Amino acid sequence: MDERGVVVKTEGLSMLLNGSVILEDINLGIYPGEMVCIIGPNGAGKTTLLRILLGLVRPTSGTVTVFGVSPRDLGEKRDLIGYMPQKPLYQRNFPLSVLDVVAMGAVTKSTMGRPLSRLQRNMALQGLEKVGLQELAGYPFNELSGGQQQRVFLARALSKAPCLLFLDEPNAGLDLPTQGRFFKLLKELQEKDGLTVVMVSHDLAVVAAYANRLLCINRSMHVHGSPADVLNSPLLGEAYRCEYEVLFGRGRG
Amino acid sequence: MQRAFLAVIMVGLLCSTLSFFVVLNKLSFMGAGISHAMLGGIAAGVLLGVNPLYTGAVSAVFIALLIGYISKQGKMQEDTAIGILFATGMALGITLISFKEGYYPELFSLLFGNVLAVSAADLWFLVTVLIIVLLFVSIFFKELLAISFDEELARANGLPVAFLYMGLLVSLSLTVVASVMVVGVVLASALLVIPAAAGYRLSKNYRFMLFFSIIIGVTSGIAGLVFSFNYDVPSGASIVLCSATVFFVSLIASLTVQRR
Repeated sequence: MDERGVVVKTEGLSMLLNGSVILEDINLGIYPGEMVCIIGPNGAGKTTLLRILLGLVRPTSGTVTVFGVSPRDLGEKRDLIGYMPQKPLYQRNFPLSVLDVVAMGAVTKSTMGRPLSRLQRNMALQGLEKVGLQELAGYPFNELSGGQQQRVFLARALSKAPCLLFLDEPNAGLDLPTQGRFFKLLKELQEKDGLTVVMVSHDLAVVAAYANRLLCINRSMHVHGSPADVLNSPLLGEAYRCEYEVLFGRGRG
Repeated sequence: MQRAFLAVIMVGLLCSTLSFFVVLNKLSFMGAGISHAMLGGIAAGVLLGVNPLYTGAVSAVFIALLIGYISKQGKMQEDTAIGILFATGMALGITLISFKEGYYPELFSLLFGNVLAVSAADLWFLVTVLIIVLLFVSIFFKELLAISFDEELARANGLPVAFLYMGLLVSLSLTVVASVMVVGVVLASALLVIPAAAGYRLSKNYRFMLFFSIIIGVTSGIAGLVFSFNYDVPSGASIVLCSATVFFVSLIASLTVQRR
């Protein structure tokens, strides 16, 4: 594996919680401009892995580097990272406009105690333009549809013009046509702006169509590689502990 | 009377600003818990011969930080911790007061509020609390809003969430003390909930919600004081009833608008 230019790297990463193994010996490297999707069954440790990469959780053992440093020591490099957490985590019925939500992406440690600059506000507007919702900038956020809210959260993650984007279940709760539009938009941003995208998803069929690489974990890394390699690997069924044809709904009458 | 008006305006401003975060963060029970639990500190002040407001303030800050610490550690639910400290503080207060012989009118004022009894020293205390709390909130307003809306993203963006949350709780506890001066321990939480709850009904944007909250907090305080003075009713209850009236009017107004 070429070590140069690696954006995210883990070595021997393990995580224990109350004596239970959540993650075990995870080794991975993610390179600039890649779209990598972490897949696996429920409780596989996908979100925990993402939160470790963001420095929100400390691993029990092993090393993690993001832009060459520990995620907890990122300092101003943290401004190069966009994050879209799982949808249920935010407070609903919060009286914010769409632009307010997007601008919150730029509220970081480096802007603490000072108002957002005109540049940061313009970047928030540009984020909205990228997801095609600029005409809804002043609209109440909590009155948007689920699909529109997901696009606003993507705009928020993009509002710092990041180099690295972490997405946790970005397609959760979206119908199939909206999922398609969402991933197409993500792919465009990746190809046009050279974004590195790391996402967690359950939906193998959808992410396989857009990701460059899949990492399948279930506590430990079971298989990784191109979508075709991973989806044709017998190790995938082992990770999901079921016949993997079932995952795609084949064989149903 | 002049002091009472000054106190009501300052407390109205303080409580309505903090009530914005109380309502958005669902901290209503926290306000009620702190105000009741600080009775232990108030009673200690009475026994020691110190201004009970000062000992009450120290106990309120301690209780708020303890609740924040326990809930952030994840060992216990926040409402469970509040419920335990609420009762413990009250019980401690009642026990300590039983040691004091004779009638103590100031204690009655702190229980049910008597803004007409506010002294010059109390007013200076209020000015200090107002400056500390409004400085903290105005400097870190956007960060407090960010941790209130999406704490996970705030952490990922490197914001010191624990510092901001604890700062908010200290501000809340100091505001509870200010509220106790005007409406007393029993009704203190009302001023920390009603103004922003009414503001929330009247606006879909947080800027207007905060604006309405402040207007409602200050004007209902003044109206309550005037009503209390003219009709010789307890000032604390009068102020809370005025706030509650504004809330129900705003509720009916918002429901009427929704129906159209």
